[in-house]
Amino acid sequence: MSGHSTYVPKSAFGKWFESRLPIMGLIHSSLLTFPNPRNLNYFWTFGGILAFMLVSQIITGIVLAMHYTPHADMAFNSVEHIMRDVNYGWMLRYLHANGASMFFIAVYIHMFRGFYYGSYKAPREVLWILGVIIFLLMMATAFMGYVLPWGQMSFWGATVITNLFSAIPGVGETIVTFLWGGYAVDNPTLNRFFSLHYLLPFMIAGVVILHIWALHVPGSNNPAGVEKKTEKDTLPFHPYFTVKDALALVVFLMMFVWFAFYIPNFLGHADNYIEANAAVTPAHIVPEWYFLPFYAILRAIPDKLLGVMAMFGSIAIMLFLPWLDTSKVRSGNYRPVFQVFFWLFAINCVILGWLGSKPAQGGYVTASQICTAYYFIYFIVVLPLLGLFERPKPIPVSIADSILGRSGSAAAMASGAAASPNTKG
Amino acid sequence: MANSGSASGHTEHTRRDFLFIATGAAAAVGVASTLWPFISQMAPDAATVAAGAPVEIDLTPVAEGQIVKLFWRGKLVFVRHRTAAEIKSARDVDVASLPDPQPDSARVKEGKDQWLVVYGSCTHLGCVPLGNEGAFQGWQCPCHGSVFDTSGRIRQGPAPTNLPVPPYAFLSDTKIQIG
Amino acid sequence: MKPVLTLMPKVAAMAIALGLLAGNALAAGVVEVPPRNTWSFSGPFGTFDNAQLQRGFKVYREVCASCHSMSKLAFRNLAQPGGPEFSEAQVKTLAASYQVKDGPNDAGEMFERPGRAADRIPSPFPNKQAAAAANGGAIPPDLSVIAKARTYERGFPWFVFDIFTQFQEQGVDYSAALLQGYVEPEHGIEVPPGKYYNKYFPAKIISMPKPLSDGQVEYVKGADGKPQAPETVDQYAKDVSAFLMWAAEPHMEQRKETGFRVLAFLLVFAGLLYFTKKKIWSRVEGHAHGPAF
Repeated sequence: MSGHSTYVPKSAFGKWFESRLPIMGLIHSSLLTFPNPRNLNYFWTFGGILAFMLVSQIITGIVLAMHYTPHADMAFNSVEHIMRDVNYGWMLRYLHANGASMFFIAVYIHMFRGFYYGSYKAPREVLWILGVIIFLLMMATAFMGYVLPWGQMSFWGATVITNLFSAIPGVGETIVTFLWGGYAVDNPTLNRFFSLHYLLPFMIAGVVILHIWALHVPGSNNPAGVEKKTEKDTLPFHPYFTVKDALALVVFLMMFVWFAFYIPNFLGHADNYIEANAAVTPAHIVPEWYFLPFYAILRAIPDKLLGVMAMFGSIAIMLFLPWLDTSKVRSGNYRPVFQVFFWLFAINCVILGWLGSKPAQGGYVTASQICTAYYFIYFIVVLPLLGLFERPKPIPVSIADSILGRSGSAAAMASGAAASPNTKG
Repeated sequence: MANSGSASGHTEHTRRDFLFIATGAAAAVGVASTLWPFISQMAPDAATVAAGAPVEIDLTPVAEGQIVKLFWRGKLVFVRHRTAAEIKSARDVDVASLPDPQPDSARVKEGKDQWLVVYGSCTHLGCVPLGNEGAFQGWQCPCHGSVFDTSGRIRQGPAPTNLPVPPYAFLSDTKIQIG
Repeated sequence: MKPVLTLMPKVAAMAIALGLLAGNALAAGVVEVPPRNTWSFSGPFGTFDNAQLQRGFKVYREVCASCHSMSKLAFRNLAQPGGPEFSEAQVKTLAASYQVKDGPNDAGEMFERPGRAADRIPSPFPNKQAAAAANGGAIPPDLSVIAKARTYERGFPWFVFDIFTQFQEQGVDYSAALLQGYVEPEHGIEVPPGKYYNKYFPAKIISMPKPLSDGQVEYVKGADGKPQAPETVDQYAKDVSAFLMWAAEPHMEQRKETGFRVLAFLLVFAGLLYFTKKKIWSRVEGHAHGPAF
């Protein structure tokens, strides 16, 4: 995915095969020799971590599907069957359930890295949009997966989220009935969600391939935000970035293992261990943590249609980010005013998440409205105007300069050439 | 570490190689041990294993010449109440000439010659043979034409071995336990 | 990235202040927090106390089982490692003392037979409607996963600390408290007939009558002729809660043990990778002193 390869097969068979399907050359040029900016910090390891998580979720998911029964009367019991009777079933299920959360932790870090370092700016607009599409697909997949155990939260989560579409004027009710395959969330709904939950990860994998393809056209952005120019700016992907990505992955896996083996139900809801009951709604119906900020935006607006529009809009607006940010400087490292608004935005998202877990009443609603307002103001007002009024710091001439200047003089360091928040590897 | 100055470059080299090999080995160990749960989950689960408990069958309602079918561990088992003629035809055979030589007496319990208990699955590719059919009036498999005699032994056709006898025991004259 | 580092604490402090303000202003009605118990199974090396689980099963069987099913549990589970670990023979005898519905037989009829180890524990009621009809309209919940299906809110910042302390015993603490939560109703609270007051039950008014009383269940006697554990409501409540925790998470011991091994391996592997990475990057100018970022 990086143009022509310099790969030369060693064996005669290799030459014969390569001339017919140049796959080794593709792997060689995209994973081994691909020139990566040498100043990438650990925030750039999350792409690899995400690829790993996708594969891990697909593998554990396929195996779980071998033991799961997608039927309203049997789904809950079949999950308990996996937990109790299947060899290592408890492990596979906890890895899959917590894996979803880990996937989102990684994707949020990956996205905020993009926000901060301006990774969405030209020439990476398509790369960014593909990423937003992956994020949307991930959300759909995670939501449908959460329905499958057919607990109380599964059932009522499915009811609430599918009802979002009823806000569409005119055809809303019909769309919801079609989503359900009945007049309420029931067995047909569970069956189609299972089918789609199995399908979507492969669509994600497809878009991931496009995402990597689009990445390998300009190459990775980097903390300095200047493009690679000469060979001095880059290092081959292998061994430098393979080993760095591997180290980050293993540290990430330690967190994953901590959750999956020691506190496997920490990120879940107790109510989902109660079998679905169409006659009783749980006292506090709350989505999984990774949806909470969007859920808070939904509830901040007291109008049904507008609430739904705001929620979908909060994701859709990311598609326009490359054109909303007018600054010519890519990396946030050289944008002092941007940094203030950026961190406010990040904290605002965390607060939105916290508000999403609270009941929609009194001060929580007001707070949600303030935070929702800032969320949109950041995209629609702050980013377009900052580019016009902000005075950025001088940017380094090249990637190599930004690195060598760092160990060279303290002055260079103060001028923002230090690559990242991580000073120790 | 380096005993002599001149060896320091060499030591450095071996230390680096050792580090790379150790890291690579650790990766291999990690991948290999991760594979195990994914293989292990394919095995019959605890509920299936536990459900394979012995089953009992009452022989009183099984008339002479009748074959009854039952399941043990999800597998089909034939219990055949053989007639005197059927026992005779099973015994009047040159055992050495059979494709899978086995005397009839080794396939039934001593003193209970009339009761034959065999798995009801053809040893060729697992179809269910039809009773009282074929040249020997034992069983004949409808799929690929294997022919079994009244002792459940293979006589003609592609099946390589006799119908196996499951583990069973007589609890009384009229009751057996399979498994 | 100096500017960010200096700015972060200020903004974070603001955010926390805002959060606390909002939290205080919106604090809802009084919730009785279940007292925290010491459990043998808490923490990274926690294991179940077999004797306690055996006592807990006895309490379940003699008290709870008359109304509450435990449909996901099979008799054989009682003998598996990491549980009450009754002997195979004990489980066989126990199972045979139950009548299990089976069939249809050759005549097409359902029949009852003595239970086997592979059978699930029979439920006290044939269906939900029967359970509701016999209990004044309230269905006694199935207890198979109840220890994971009940909790209480920990609130900020405790839930953050719980990640590191691995505290996840809210469910058992709650059930142990609930069984002892039958007190005189608070002043002004009207308890309808056929309902009871329980200070740990979220709605306070509960359909289950006080199930336990001192001396109700006889525990196995030790060598000195005294019961293994005090025959008190407090002890019964804890024992049966521990049993319910095991029933909800029968592979917990294996899970924590495996987790420790995996974590230990990853720690070593991460160490090796760290030095490998350092070695490889030391070849690069500007990164001579190990990982530069």
